[in-house]
Amino acid sequence: MKYLKFFLSMALTGLVIYGLDSKFGSIPPIGKFLNPYNGIWQNEGDESIDGELILEGLAEEVVVHYDEALIPHIFAKNDKDLYRSQGYITAKHRLWQMEFQTYAAAGRLSEIVGPNAIEYDKQERRRGMGYGAEMAIEKIKQDPRIYNLVESYTSGINSYISSLEPKNYPVEYKLLDYAPEPWTVKKTALLLMYMTKMLAGADSDLEYTNTLKLLGKENFDFLFPDFFDEVDPVIPAETDWTFIDVPQTALPDTELVGDTINFEIAKKPNPDNGSNNWAVSGSKSYSGHPILANDPHLGLNLPSIWFVMQLSTPEHNSFGATLPGALGIISGFNEYIAWGETNATRDVLDWYKIEFNEDRTKYLYDGQWNPVSLRIENIKVKNKETVLDSVLYTHHGPVMYDVNFREENPKRGYAMKWIGHIGGNNQKTFLDLNRGKNYEDYLNALKNYTAPAQNFVFASTEGDIALWIQGLLPNKWEGQGKFLLDGSNPDHDWQSFIPQEFNAHTKNPERGFVSSANQHPVDQSYPYYVFNDGYETYRNRVINEFFNSKERFTIEDFKDLHNNNYNLKASELVPYMLKHMDRSGLTEEQARILDQIKDWNFNNDLDEVGPSIWRRWWASLYDMTWDEFEQEDLAVDTPFTYQTIYILTHYPNHEFMDILKTEKKETAKDLFRLSFEEAVSGLLEWEETNGDYKWKNYKATYAGHLLQGLPAFSRFNIPIGGDRNIVNATSKNHGPSWRMIVEMTSPPTAYGIYPGGQSGNPGSKYYDNFISDWAGGNYLELNFMPSAATTEGVISSQTLKPLP
Amino acid sequence: MNKNIINLILTVLLAFVWSMLSMDWWSAMLAAIIVGSMVPLKGFKVFLMPFLGIFLFWGLYAYVLSSGNDFRLARQIGVLLNVGERPFLVILITALIGGLSAGVAGVFGKQLANLKRKK
Repeated sequence: MKYLKFFLSMALTGLVIYGLDSKFGSIPPIGKFLNPYNGIWQNEGDESIDGELILEGLAEEVVVHYDEALIPHIFAKNDKDLYRSQGYITAKHRLWQMEFQTYAAAGRLSEIVGPNAIEYDKQERRRGMGYGAEMAIEKIKQDPRIYNLVESYTSGINSYISSLEPKNYPVEYKLLDYAPEPWTVKKTALLLMYMTKMLAGADSDLEYTNTLKLLGKENFDFLFPDFFDEVDPVIPAETDWTFIDVPQTALPDTELVGDTINFEIAKKPNPDNGSNNWAVSGSKSYSGHPILANDPHLGLNLPSIWFVMQLSTPEHNSFGATLPGALGIISGFNEYIAWGETNATRDVLDWYKIEFNEDRTKYLYDGQWNPVSLRIENIKVKNKETVLDSVLYTHHGPVMYDVNFREENPKRGYAMKWIGHIGGNNQKTFLDLNRGKNYEDYLNALKNYTAPAQNFVFASTEGDIALWIQGLLPNKWEGQGKFLLDGSNPDHDWQSFIPQEFNAHTKNPERGFVSSANQHPVDQSYPYYVFNDGYETYRNRVINEFFNSKERFTIEDFKDLHNNNYNLKASELVPYMLKHMDRSGLTEEQARILDQIKDWNFNNDLDEVGPSIWRRWWASLYDMTWDEFEQEDLAVDTPFTYQTIYILTHYPNHEFMDILKTEKKETAKDLFRLSFEEAVSGLLEWEETNGDYKWKNYKATYAGHLLQGLPAFSRFNIPIGGDRNIVNATSKNHGPSWRMIVEMTSPPTAYGIYPGGQSGNPGSKYYDNFISDWAGGNYLELNFMPSAATTEGVISSQTLKPLP
Repeated sequence: MNKNIINLILTVLLAFVWSMLSMDWWSAMLAAIIVGSMVPLKGFKVFLMPFLGIFLFWGLYAYVLSSGNDFRLARQIGVLLNVGERPFLVILITALIGGLSAGVAGVFGKQLANLKRKK
C-alpha cells in the first residue's frame, strides 16, 4: 500500500511537471509560461536604456541617447562600430520580430508553429526565397566593405542574443516555447527577400492566361488595356525621351501558350502594398527650402515593420525609419539630403511552361533536353519529422508548380523567372544614401540597386529635387510576360535589361514638384514596354492636383495631404449613379440611405456614413458587373476598378452588364438599382449586429500582431479615416506604416510617426504609444541631434564600451 | 512553532532562494518535496501547507513584477487566456498553478518520508 501511494504520488508529481512544462497544440506550456521566475511576468516593463555595458568587437566607445519616444540616437566613431551598435540596439527592442520575419521569409515557420505551416513553408521555398538570399550574399561578398559591415551588424545582434537568459526572452518566445538562434548574414539577405516578395512578388500572368482563354482576345484587351484612357504618370507626361538610344526588344515571331491553369495559384502579396512620396522644390516651398514626404503603405502590424533611429559617425549623420534586420536608414534624411521610396510595381516576375522528360531530369529548351538541377528543401517541423521537398531548377528559375506541388501532370511544370533570384547588393544603396551629400551621391547610390524596384524621391539642402524609378528591369518585347510564356522557346527568355541610365527619372521638373503613388511610371511615349500591372489611378491624381492648385506649400499642407480623405473614386461614379438610377418604388429605408449618400461630400471621414454606403454599394455593383468571371476551380482576374467605372459610365449597355443567371438583359442602369438594394439590406443587417455604420465603425481599422493578428497583442478600432485608393490609404489592416516630412533647412527639420511604438514588447508602454497620434494626424518632431554632446530632449543614455 | 507553519515557511524560503539562483519554475515543487519529506505533516495539511506557501509566494511575486508596470502585460495575457483584461485573475491563475503543483509535490514528499521511516 505504502509503495503504491509512493509510486502514485511520484507519477502524479512527474505528470504535473511534464504537463505544465510542455506545449499542447496552441496552448503554451502553462507552468513555464506563467511562473514569475522566468515566465511572462518577467516581461512586465521596458527595455534597459541606461548605464554602461561591454559590446564585444567595438573599436571605440559608442554613445546611445534615447529621447522620450524611445528613439535611439547612436553616436559611433566609425561605420563598423555604428552598424554593430545598430544591430545590438535593434535586437534589444525588436528581437522576436526580426527573427520571425526571417523565418517567414525562409519558409521555416513549421519549426516554430508546427505542421500547420508546412504548406506555407513549401510555397516560400519553391518560390526560391532561400535561393534568392544566397544569390544576394554572393553579390554582397564581391563588395568587402559592405560585407564587413553586414557582419558587424550580425555580431551586434548576436551579442545581444547571447546576453539573454530565458527569463529575458521576448514574450512571443515564451508563448510559442522556443529560443532565439544566432543571427547570420543570410538572415539579413532573407529580410531583403521578404521585402522583395512583398513589393515585387505579385503578378497576374497565370490568371490573365486563364482569363484570356475564357473571354477571347478582343474582350480581354477591352477589359485589361495596357494603358487606361487617362494616365497621370510618375514621370511627367511631357518628358523628352529622345536621349534613349537602345531600342525595345523586337517582337519575335511567336505564339502565346494558350493554356488553362487549373491548380490553385499561391496567394499573392497584398495588392495595396504601395506608398506615396513627393517633394516640392524651393520655389514651391513657403521657406525656399525643398520639402519632401514619404508614407509607405503596408500591413498594419505590431510590432511595426519600422524602427526609427538616428545613426551617426563623425562622417555622416542620418535619421529615419530602419527595417529591423537590415542596416542603415531606409526612409529618412541626413544633414544634406532626404530620400524615401514608393513601390515601382513593374512586371519583374514571369512564368514559363516547362516540359520534362520521362524521369524529370531534363527539360525541353530550344529543341534540346537540358538538365535540371535539384534543390532539396529540408522543412523541419516542430515535434514532428522533417519534411523533404524536391524543387527542380531550370535556367529560368525554380519550378514552383509541378507534380510535387499542385500540378498533376508529372511531365509538366511552371518555372518562375524573378528578379528576386538574380541577387543584388541592395544593402549598399541604402548605406550610400545614408552618407550621401548631393544629387550625384544619390544617383551613384541608386545605380546598382536591383529589387524591389522603387520610386526613389530625393531632395537636398542644395535645392535639388528628383525622382528615379530604379530597379533592374527587363527590356521586354511588346506583350512579353503579360501571359504564361513558353519555357522551351529562347525567344521567350528575358533578352536584356533596360540600361540603368534609361530608367525613367525626373530632376528639378518645371512644375516644381515630383511625386509618386504607385501609378503608371510613364505614359506611352516611353520607349520600353510597360503595361498596366495594377497601377494606382486615384491617389496620384489627388496628389498632383493638390500640388498644381497653388504656388506655395507649407509643412501644414504636407500634413493635410498625408491625412487627405478625399475619395476620388466614389466622386467619379456616385453622381453618375444617382443621376441614372431608377428611383421609383424605393422603400422607406432605401430612400433614407439614398439621401445619406446624396449628402456625402466624398470625404472618408470618421463620422460619415457615406463611405460605408459607398463601400457596400460598390462591392455589390462590382460583383454583379463581373458575374461572367465567376468560375469554379479556375483562377481568373477581374478588371481593375478604374476600367470598371470607365465601362459602367461609357458603355452602360455593353453585354458584360448583363447578369447571366437572369432572363432579363440588364444594363448599367439596372445594375445600379439592383446593387443599391442589395447594399441597403447588407447595411441594415450589419447595423443590426454591430450598431450604426459610421465609417470608423464600419471600417474598424486595427493593427494586428505579427503572429496571425493574435488579439491579445493587437490594437482594435483605431479611429482613423481614409481607405484604399485614398491618399490617407488606411483600410482595415493596411495603410501608411510610416509618415515622414522633411524640410531641407540646414540641418533638416523633420517630422515622423508610425502606427506602433519603438518597443516590440507588448508589456512596454512604448509598444503602441504612437498609434493615437498617428490616427489623429499628429507627428513627432524628430530630434536630429548634432552630436553625442547633445543633452536636450535626452531622457536616458547608454554607453557601449569595447572590451577593456 | 507549529509544524505546519514551519513546513510552509521552509518551503517558501527554499523556493525563494532557488528562484533567486535562476532555477526553473519546478524548483518550487522540489522545495515542497524536500520540505515535505523532512517536516512531514498529517492529513490534508500535507497538501495544504505547500499549496498555501507557493500560492502566496508566486502570487506576490507576480503582483510585485506586474504592479510596477501598471499590469500592462497582465491585462493582455488575460485576453490571451480568455479571461478578459483582468490582471488579478491572471495573478490568481499563476498562484493556483504554483500552489497546486507544490501541493502535489508535498504529497509526494510525505510519501518519501513514509518510505524512509519504515525502513
